[in-house]
Amino acid sequence: MSRRKLPEIPNASLADIAFMVLIFFLMVSTMDTDMGLERRLPPMPPPDQIDDDTPPIKERNVFVVLVNAQNQLLVEGEWLDIKNLREKAKEFIANPDDDPNLPEKTVQDIPFFGPTPVTKGVISLQNHVGTQYGTYIAVQSELVGAINDLRKELALQKFGKPYESLDSDQQGAIKDIYPSKISEAEPKKIGGGK
Amino acid sequence: MSKFRKGGKKETPAIATSSLPDIVFMILIFFMVTVKMRDVSLKVHVVTPQASELSKMEKKSLVSNIYVGEPDKQYQKMFGTEPRIQLNDALANVSDIVEFIIAEREARDEAEIPFLITSLKVDEFTKMGIVQDIKQELRRASALHINYSARKKVKLD
Repeated sequence: MSRRKLPEIPNASLADIAFMVLIFFLMVSTMDTDMGLERRLPPMPPPDQIDDDTPPIKERNVFVVLVNAQNQLLVEGEWLDIKNLREKAKEFIANPDDDPNLPEKTVQDIPFFGPTPVTKGVISLQNHVGTQYGTYIAVQSELVGAINDLRKELALQKFGKPYESLDSDQQGAIKDIYPSKISEAEPKKIGGGK
Repeated sequence: MSKFRKGGKKETPAIATSSLPDIVFMILIFFMVTVKMRDVSLKVHVVTPQASELSKMEKKSLVSNIYVGEPDKQYQKMFGTEPRIQLNDALANVSDIVEFIIAEREARDEAEIPFLITSLKVDEFTKMGIVQDIKQELRRASALHINYSARKKVKLD
């Protein structure tokens, strides 16, 4: 008697298994996108430039954020928790009640909006050499977040759409009203510590 | 036997699926090959900080990476535990950055050079002193478009 033939292994599910592995790889590979906080550095000043030829900025137009080596914040001369930084920065940039201690505004002609008061405020960030990088990024993130929040609010108010779904002209107009002006000073050894 | 099976000869044969796994495997292998794994082995320990306002980096081919962090255990004998800079595969000094940027530019198309981004992958416990030095060097090399690499913040409420 001849040997009975072995039943074949069913291979119909092989495709499904391969699909599963494929989908796994697809997911894993897209998850690893690089995220980050995008900034532009100021260009190096020409070497023959004399420092003091720019007109001084009025004190009310500057939002001073100091970070010391113990990662503590001094905002406009007051100790502040980082949780409250965003609100404070928003208040500074928007200046809704034209408070004389908050920045001045100049009226500019902006597409879609017409003549609009635009703040002259500048955020100045200064950190100590010993500040932790994590804190520095957290502060930067809050300051950028404050500007982004204001832009989003304005987009909803004016166009009734979230800022991301506006076209580039509309986004540009909003960027003109709330410019991202964050200047970073050279680090100083403020606040002691090393 | 049933009345539907009368014309047995006319039945269309089922599509042969036996080659389906091979096709899928081919796609799978294509993806495995093209997915870009980290192309440098890190010699420094980097845990990027968390932040809430993040943007995605669009074109990975335009990004050059600078890693900053404590050297790994096996390199600590040689380099100590102070945070160091890693460019490509080697630990480097601040003064090497300008050269690194120039080399990165030369490796790219001329048309792409204005769009190059330098990504700073810095450990969150690094002190700002070294980061500030790097930024000064980048300004000197006029590589002004930078990106502080960070993770999405996990909300704690």
